[in-house]
Amino acid sequence: MTQLELRNLTRRFGEFTAVDGVNLSIESGEFFTLLGPSGCGKTTLLRMIAGFDSPEEGAIMLEGSDMLGVPPERRNLHTVFQSYALFPHLTVAQNIAFPLRMIGTAKTAIARRVDEALVQVSLAGFGRRFPNELSGGQRQRVALARALVNKPKMLLLDEPLAALDAKLRESMQFELMRLQREVGVTFVYVTHDQSEALALSHRIAVMKCGRVEQVGTPAEVYGAPRNRFVADFIGECNLLDAEVWEIEQGKLALKLGEVLAYAAQGQPVSRGDTGVLALRPEQIAIARSIAPSAELNRFSGTVAELLYRGEVTVYAVDLQGGGQMRALVPNSAPGHERSFKAGDVVDISWRIDAGLFLAE
Amino acid sequence: MGLERMRRRSLLLWAVALLAYLFLYAPLAVVVIYSFNDSRLNAEWVGFTFSWYRKLFRNEEMLLAAQNSLVIALVTSAVSTLLGTMAGFAMHHYRTRLLPILVLAPIAIPEILMGVSLLIFFVLLNFTLGLVSVTLSHISFCVGFVAIVVRARLAGMDESLTEAARDLGATPFRAFRLVTLPLITPGVIAGALMAFTLSIDDFVITFFTAGVGSNTLPLQIYTMVKTAVTPEVNAVSTLLMLLTLTLIMLATRLSPFLLRESR
Amino acid sequence: MAAPAFQETRRGANWLVAGPPLAYLLVFFAAPMLIMVLASLRNPGDFGGLAPVLLEDVAGTHLNLSVESYARLASEFLYTRLFLKSLGYAALATLLCLVIGYPLAVLIARSEKKHRNLLVLLVILPFWSNFLIRIYAWMLLLGPQSGLSQALNSVLNLADIEPVSLLYTPFAVVVALVYVHLPFMVLPLYANLEKHDSALLDAAQDLGANAWQRFWQITFPLSLPGVYAGAALVFIPALGIFAIPDLLGGTQGIMIGNVIKQQFLDTRDWPFGSALSLVLTLAAVGVAGLAAALGRKARA
Repeated sequence: MTQLELRNLTRRFGEFTAVDGVNLSIESGEFFTLLGPSGCGKTTLLRMIAGFDSPEEGAIMLEGSDMLGVPPERRNLHTVFQSYALFPHLTVAQNIAFPLRMIGTAKTAIARRVDEALVQVSLAGFGRRFPNELSGGQRQRVALARALVNKPKMLLLDEPLAALDAKLRESMQFELMRLQREVGVTFVYVTHDQSEALALSHRIAVMKCGRVEQVGTPAEVYGAPRNRFVADFIGECNLLDAEVWEIEQGKLALKLGEVLAYAAQGQPVSRGDTGVLALRPEQIAIARSIAPSAELNRFSGTVAELLYRGEVTVYAVDLQGGGQMRALVPNSAPGHERSFKAGDVVDISWRIDAGLFLAE
Repeated sequence: MGLERMRRRSLLLWAVALLAYLFLYAPLAVVVIYSFNDSRLNAEWVGFTFSWYRKLFRNEEMLLAAQNSLVIALVTSAVSTLLGTMAGFAMHHYRTRLLPILVLAPIAIPEILMGVSLLIFFVLLNFTLGLVSVTLSHISFCVGFVAIVVRARLAGMDESLTEAARDLGATPFRAFRLVTLPLITPGVIAGALMAFTLSIDDFVITFFTAGVGSNTLPLQIYTMVKTAVTPEVNAVSTLLMLLTLTLIMLATRLSPFLLRESR
Repeated sequence: MAAPAFQETRRGANWLVAGPPLAYLLVFFAAPMLIMVLASLRNPGDFGGLAPVLLEDVAGTHLNLSVESYARLASEFLYTRLFLKSLGYAALATLLCLVIGYPLAVLIARSEKKHRNLLVLLVILPFWSNFLIRIYAWMLLLGPQSGLSQALNSVLNLADIEPVSLLYTPFAVVVALVYVHLPFMVLPLYANLEKHDSALLDAAQDLGANAWQRFWQITFPLSLPGVYAGAALVFIPALGIFAIPDLLGGTQGIMIGNVIKQQFLDTRDWPFGSALSLVLTLAAVGVAGLAAALGRKARA
């Protein structure tokens, strides 16, 4: 069921357009992420949903009601701020109790629900402490508890994990997913970290310069990027300039510089169209020599550099016909040859349907 | 940031700085010392005595002047803190043009201009010059100081806290009362103490708007200094210094911004 | 780009908060200043003060205004000379404050963080003692019986020169001006110097600059906004001061403030006093504007 609908939302700041005609619909109970680089408009969008900013054009419909003119305190959705915004002069328990006080809940009920909330975020017994006595991760959980305690329709999260270190961030990611599943509240999550978006979300909206480039599940956004920007932004991707040479029976022959490679036909194209061949590094096999096959693209090249990363190695291979590709190879896959070093002459190959031709 | 590391401590620099501090404190020290001097002349040390202080407390004129100063300062502090807090809040949140000018100008121009213009103002309105006219004038120039301190305090506060309060269901007024106000209270109190001090110490504006017959402590000191320099001046000066010192130490405790933002 | 802070859309609330202080200051600051402007164009009353604006006589009611005050100001050189003298004293005091205050500010800025607040507090504390007391203290220090005077005069005696009086001279006025206004120079300077990036000086040293060069080429130019701010904060109040020349200046050290006070309380020629005040206001505003413009240019 659609819970939030953004229709043609536009917000300008003088000459600069922060949000440009955005259309989105977000389902009840899903973990929806707005993903994009800084300045792409995702935070502005979030603030408009929360009510701290108004669009110039377009509408925000929450469960069918138009939010125009409705101030933040009357929309039943809450925000987890990037800085957590915990009230420094109130204890943890008083912080969490705040929204309940605002709607006039009885004192006994407040105490009970605050305790439940603390248990839910694994902070039982912390009620009497003040925010400045807590670690970053603990403050984050208090902010979450405070935002969820009066069961809002929707939770807006503005890069909540950005201030945490890598290890803590990972465990908090698991926490967030668990919370969202248990409580069942719709999460609208803003981040610039694409791996985080892929890990947490049911669906992702990839944004650039105020516009939504693609909306889809993590698998769709990763495996079937709609354009060059999405392919490049999400994960690592080889992007080689290509021109459509021939179209034959669902296969595209692409001219990459001097050589030809084949790709599956995705979107309809015509001969002469220019774009890029998008290919994920993990799709490329690398060996001393590879037997030719009708289902593979195969090229020779020289290893230029390699990056050892523990569980994988990334090889940058200069192709004989010009250009460079990156291949990601797990270090302990069965049947995998011993690693290569710079200067080695190798064959690389990938399945024809692993590559995508994308218009710009 | 800042010139953190102690570079080659230039001896010259230290010498000048030390002299400067000496320059700042020597005159005041002299006044304090002579207030205990058992001699009518401020020339050489004769002996230690409290007699000037005792004389002070028997001086009717002086006591009345002190009482007046205190009352004026209390009222000025209360009203200018209220108006100054409102002004500081408005200056921080709204894009007003006129308010900052009106609030800050009294602080920027020479005091004599305010004194003189207010004198004309009161006389033209047939308003009797007295304690009330002095109080009204004091409020006029104290509002600016309080506004500056409150505005600085607001600027240093995390905006997202007020937003969070709104987000969690508080109306703008409740957000102000429950979140903003507790956090700026130290600044407000510092402003109040500042206003009190400025009012008690004021000479120029009071001089023009007090008229005949009303006396404040600074005016009394002025008369005493101009006519016959009695040693009681030393005593009352020392006491006044002590009072001001205490108030300002309190104020800086509450609002570190006071040091930067007061000028 | 960050979204703007949440703007209050309800105009009514704005006025409720900004209104009272605005109203108070309009009545008790703006109005008196405007009245003073008008007063400078009126004629003096028969018993002092101001003559009525409208006068009734045989020819009917007419406006009783004149620019006589300004004419007098311009024609009698005495007043121009007085203004120039006042400007001179204020300028001298400002310069001395800069010379004394700059090293002090540098010292505080370079000291360890934990000491800085205390050092700044020590500079401000004298400011919070009563204004008159600070002037009175100098009367003690410069009086004929003070140690300073006696020492000076005994030296002069040895050189067979007449004893001088330190008090009731322009010298005393300038000393007191510097004393009273020094904190106003130190604070903005310190605020500016504290923000300087020490890495800049390191880079300069690395490139071969010695201490003096580092100061003139890097520290001083960067401190100019602070210098202008401090200079304005000293010069403007100093220009209009009257208590200091009144108590310490004697007949030699009179400043424009004294004359204004005289006109209002002794001579009671209010229009003339207002005209003098207005010229003083213009001078003050002019200097403030100049300092602001220079400060903006220095910051650019």
